[in-house]
Amino acid sequence: MSVIVYTENWDGKFKKLSFELVSYAKDVAKKLNTSLIALSIGNVAEDELKKLSNYGAVKVISVNENKLKDLDNQAYTSVIAEVAAKENANAIIFAHNNTGKAIAPRLSVRLKAGLVTAVVSSPITTEPFMVTKKVFTSKAFANITIKTPIKILSLMQNAFGLIEAAEAFVLEQYSPALGDEMKTEVIDVKKVSGKILLTDADIVVSGGRGMKGPENWGSIEELAQLLGAGTACSRPVSDEHWRTHEEHVGQTGKVIAPTLYIACGISGAIQHLGGISSSKCIVAINKDPEAPIFEAADYGIVGDVMKVLPEMISAVKELKGI
Amino acid sequence: MKILVCINNVPDTTTKVKFIDKKVFDTAGVQWIINPWDELALTRAIEIKEAQAASVEKITVINVGLADSESTIRKALAIGADDGVRINYDAKDSYAVAFQLAEYIKKENYEIIMCGTESSDYNGAVVGGMLSEILGIPSVSSVSFLDIVEGKVIVKREIDGGQETIEAHTPFVAIVQKGIANEPKIPSMRGIMTSRSKQLQVLEAFPTEVFTEFVEYELPKPKAGCKKIDAENVKELIHLLHTEAKVI
Ligand SMILES: Cc1cc2nc3c(=O)[nH]c(=O)nc-3n(C[C@H](O)[C@H](O)[C@H](O)COP(=O)(O)OP(=O)(O)OC[C@H]3O[C@@H](n4cnc5c(N)ncnc54)[C@H](O)[C@@H]3O)c2cc1C
Ligand SMILES: Nc1ncnc2c1ncn2[C@@H]1O[C@H](COP(=O)(O)O)[C@@H](O)[C@H]1O
Repeated sequence: MSVIVYTENWDGKFKKLSFELVSYAKDVAKKLNTSLIALSIGNVAEDELKKLSNYGAVKVISVNENKLKDLDNQAYTSVIAEVAAKENANAIIFAHNNTGKAIAPRLSVRLKAGLVTAVVSSPITTEPFMVTKKVFTSKAFANITIKTPIKILSLMQNAFGLIEAAEAFVLEQYSPALGDEMKTEVIDVKKVSGKILLTDADIVVSGGRGMKGPENWGSIEELAQLLGAGTACSRPVSDEHWRTHEEHVGQTGKVIAPTLYIACGISGAIQHLGGISSSKCIVAINKDPEAPIFEAADYGIVGDVMKVLPEMISAVKELKGI
Repeated sequence: MKILVCINNVPDTTTKVKFIDKKVFDTAGVQWIINPWDELALTRAIEIKEAQAASVEKITVINVGLADSESTIRKALAIGADDGVRINYDAKDSYAVAFQLAEYIKKENYEIIMCGTESSDYNGAVVGGMLSEILGIPSVSSVSFLDIVEGKVIVKREIDGGQETIEAHTPFVAIVQKGIANEPKIPSMRGIMTSRSKQLQVLEAFPTEVFTEFVEYELPKPKAGCKKIDAENVKELIHLLHTEAKVI
């Protein structure tokens, strides 16, 4: 028996959420009384792979095949199913992000393994196997049991945190038996590298219509840069092309769960909160003391964002001794 | 080509969520809508049909649900779907829903099957993927664009930090998200009139197994409340974030 955790890299570096996933999977493995194996698909160097053992993986399986450079849902499902069979897995853990959503449901059918997505808890009981998932766009939670022998879970970002539990580093390079699974043909890719991924960012600085216009985003970017943060925006901001649609968070945009979310000039409409309410700590700056964002926030300043932001920037500089 | 749009019937997204004895979602006063992603998928299907009548033979909408979802299916017909199907099944497990859809699709031949990225009530994000695996056909997820160009289906998929353009081999399942259409299409008066005469076929459920079981709901713990900091004292906020919340 084993628990397998599917880790994801971006340009050869593991996403932070991969380490959180390994920590979480270690906890599941402990509860199931078995060992944890981390699986990586992609071109990742050995010293990077080694990091997975810091969070409790007793073995790291690395699949590095050029054929798998684009995410083909069927091909990835086959590779993971093959590794799961080889390692006699009784649980497989994914992140509840685009990749997890693309693969986990297919794998669930392939292995006849019950799947619970958007999980926010470690198993509450193992017999029956019960976890808590987010429902109604974070307005509620539901406890669900999985009835099949093999369990598949996809974890919400920041629902568990990082726990170091170093194990000796054991690496296995693995070549799966790939057939003609590649069923989709990528004919063009447009991709930026090196930027902070909004969905993986630990801190996010976000602006709404209260920022008045794109010319005022300099201070949001400066604060983000100082904090090593990603930048986001409300829907009207991207609708009016002040910022690119990549940054739009909310019910119809990206769902994020950073450690710190700073909302500048955002009213806090229910559709906006749907995308950010799982954040650990929410800071709101809004001139209207009645703005609903304050109900979701942990810290708030009632004031003019044009005045408050520059002062935040100097205070952060002072803190960091810059 | 024939297009099938899978539509879920969900509570309006501004609904205040309440439960009876933690077990049952309280539907009193709830407005039911087409799941927002599915509505956008349908909108896109209709846009393609309007732009190139020759390439789209028919748009069907399908729902797995009980009789109370029929007003939602009628709305989809009023927006512009050609016909509707309801599989009479109390949808509680995603696999069971995907299985129902797959059994229906096996008997028909749709080239393009569209699903939304997730249902706004259950937040599963699984039915589209499961459906394609049961049928053994390709799926493309995170689809933000879909068109038929000279008989070929071209889709765009959002990836980390970018976008891929993909030529999809039909039949396939497109799991659509933001960008697929701008605003949902609103039913016209004429659409509402003609929808009454469109076919809505009701099918008995296919026998299936379930993989998971719902136990109970919980509401989030109320927040401790917002700590207000004076606008004249911004330094204090940064200090608290550093020492109290420990997030910077
Ligand atoms: C189906 C549907 C889906 C939607 N999906 C999303 C979604 O995914 N994401 C999303 O964000 N929205 C979404 N919306 C829109 C949402 O309802 C709100 O309209 C939107 O979030 C408001 O954006 P905002 O807060 O930037 O602007 P506003 O609501 O206009 O708020 C601006 C705020 O800035 C404050 N302000 C103004 N000037 C200043 C100043 N100088 N200093 C400080 N504060 C100031 C004001 O007090 C106000 O609270 C959706 C709506 C619908 C109907
Ligand atoms: N009961 C249902 N009937 C028809 N389609 C559904 C149903 N449930 C989910 N779907 C489809 O599957 C998508 C993803 O739903 P889910 O996996 O429930 O989050 C939805 O956007 C719909 O397109």
